Amino acid sequence: MLKKISSVPFRGTPEQEQQLQTVIDACKSDKSQLMHVMQEAQEIYGYLPYEVQVMIAEGMDVPLEKVYGVSTFYAQFSLSPKGEHNISVCLGTACYVKGSQQILDKLTEELGIGPGECTADGAFSIEACRCVGACGLAPVLTVNDEVYGKVTEKDVPTILAKYQH
Amino acid sequence: METVNIQINGMPLRVPKGISILEAARSAGIEIPTLCYLKDINEIGACRICMVEVKGAKSLVTACVYPVNEGMEIFTNTEKVRHSRKMTLELILSTHDKKCLSCVRSGNCELQMLCKEFGVDDENAFAGETIHYAFDDSAAHMVRDNNKCILCRRCVAACDMQGISVIGANARGFDTHISSAFDKDLATVSCISCGQCIVNCPTGAIVEKDDTDKVLAAINDPTKFVIVNTAPSIRATLGEAFGMSIGTNVEGKMVAALRRLGFDKVFDTDFAADLTIMEEANEFLERVQNGGVLPMITSCSPGWVKYCEHYYPELLGHLSSCKSPQQMFGAVMKTWYAQKLGMDPKDMVVVGVMPCTAKKFETKRPNEAASGYPDVDIAITTRELARMIESAGIYFRHLPDEEFDSPFGESTGAGTIFGATGGVMEAALRTAVEKLTGEPLENVDFKEVRGMENIKEAEYDVAGTKIKVAVASGTKNAKVLLDKIKDGTADYQFIEIMGCPGGCINGGGQPIQHAVVRNFVDLKAKRAEALYASDAQNKKRKSHENSAIKELYADFLGEPGSHKAHEVLHTSYVARKKYE
Repeated sequence: MLKKISSVPFRGTPEQEQQLQTVIDACKSDKSQLMHVMQEAQEIYGYLPYEVQVMIAEGMDVPLEKVYGVSTFYAQFSLSPKGEHNISVCLGTACYVKGSQQILDKLTEELGIGPGECTADGAFSIEACRCVGACGLAPVLTVNDEVYGKVTEKDVPTILAKYQH
Repeated sequence: METVNIQINGMPLRVPKGISILEAARSAGIEIPTLCYLKDINEIGACRICMVEVKGAKSLVTACVYPVNEGMEIFTNTEKVRHSRKMTLELILSTHDKKCLSCVRSGNCELQMLCKEFGVDDENAFAGETIHYAFDDSAAHMVRDNNKCILCRRCVAACDMQGISVIGANARGFDTHISSAFDKDLATVSCISCGQCIVNCPTGAIVEKDDTDKVLAAINDPTKFVIVNTAPSIRATLGEAFGMSIGTNVEGKMVAALRRLGFDKVFDTDFAADLTIMEEANEFLERVQNGGVLPMITSCSPGWVKYCEHYYPELLGHLSSCKSPQQMFGAVMKTWYAQKLGMDPKDMVVVGVMPCTAKKFETKRPNEAASGYPDVDIAITTRELARMIESAGIYFRHLPDEEFDSPFGESTGAGTIFGATGGVMEAALRTAVEKLTGEPLENVDFKEVRGMENIKEAEYDVAGTKIKVAVASGTKNAKVLLDKIKDGTADYQFIEIMGCPGGCINGGGQPIQHAVVRNFVDLKAKRAEALYASDAQNKKRKSHENSAIKELYADFLGEPGSHKAHEVLHTSYVARKKYE
């Protein structure tokens, strides 16, 4: 899957930058630490936007394109931030046969974003996951830490409404 | 040297231990096809075209990266090998747009040639899903069409070789594509426009931006006076586009072809190279005598200049303020020459034939319009000129040798060698030394700065003044010198930098030579030889001996470095960002 590049404005803080700089300082003598630095950066920021990748490129003395190449190669890296409400739809076998794809499609339709993306206001993000260990409740989705079971397409607007201010 | 005994197609051979099967085969006169392989810079075994059979090996192996071992028996042309190569080509074609008829590389495409060689008889053998990519034509100098990309990564290797790395393979699997970080347009990243990616692309996925229509339109416009000038290196490379051997000097035929294309005047950029030396040598001596910023660095190569602007803006003060020969030429045409002809410069169209894609960018730079109109209107590459000649039905190889028009057809050997790494330095030294000593310089050969090494250094004692010089070609090599300047360890007074490895003779606008030539022939040295031979034969070998130059100063500019000269022939630079 081609990763979508987020259009959500970068909202990094000086504290986050300081944290990342500490990681870079510890690793910059060894370019093979690039992946590790990127993982740490994603821990700090939740994703790897342009601004963060530039910091990594400069800090590690690696061309920005190489950092981007790694970030688009590995599934673990995200170019989109997580929303305030991160919706995770299970596409594991049990949920899938119970129609979770339609739920994901409905969410996409309602929010105007696909899996791996975040709404422009930063309120919602969607991701697809594989089994949350609640197959008995299939199909399942989670919003942050809250679990919703036996979800139907019709329930989607109601669930979203709970989080829309 | 330790050697091993091997057999290739039953032929016993003794070859150096550790070399690749590809190189071993080559030494025995057996050519193994390659696509992704570029010696030293792209040895990744990715394309799978060079597969050969090795006795005892479980599967076919990639000849480009597989080292030979004692007793190895290699077969390069079995049924299994041919079948594998054909299937690989069919698989590559499954995502290739196959628009050969309208492709500028048709007839000169490595993929097309291999398909013919290996009898690909169904270009849709693996028809299936494809991704349509939008063209990236944002940059001034080139167009990327990823629909023709075969993901060999040769362009990426070329960009890395230059120390630029603004392109790379992004995403993975079926989505893999070559682009810049965050898939930004090339015009918005710190690409230096050198075009090394273009000359290394096996297909039509990266091509120069074609400006030949603009040239033809100007020629066909009766109100326009169209002046063409050809850079020093064009005469050493244009013949290649017509099947002539590498290093053939085709100056006479080139002039004849340009005249037949309908240009009003056919002049030589070498004249402007001589002019550059007048100004640059003067600027250098002024800096030495008046405590100016040293080392001074040459500014003829627009790829190098853009590199400095993006990556070392803090060192821009070291750059000579001299415009490049192309721009000086245009500036003189639209000021002095227009005046002499009694012509409004707006009716003049100056066309440069350049070895260089960055020259297209250069024409659009700020502060390059001495007459109020752009110094140069259109810059075309050697390849574009070759296409114009071809499509005009001019049979290049049968043309008579003709001479440049007067007065800007006159040049010295010093101007000619501008096309090779070290040439600008040597030309500048010939004039600077004579100026410093006040005596005629007998031996004009500064051999220490010649040759294809990445970085050259030399020290000269000139009338008691020690001058230490350095020459670098290829921006990655330039970086070594720039870092020395930054950390204070550079003890040079004068540095020549050319953006492309080997200089203009290996520029991004030069005729495409397939990887097999680039890998095994010293292309740069062969092309450069033609220029040095021409220099050696020239009666005048010092720029200041050029009589057109003398007249230009006497009649118009006054002295080198004069106020007028600064107005017409000098420029300024822009500190650019590395990231937008």
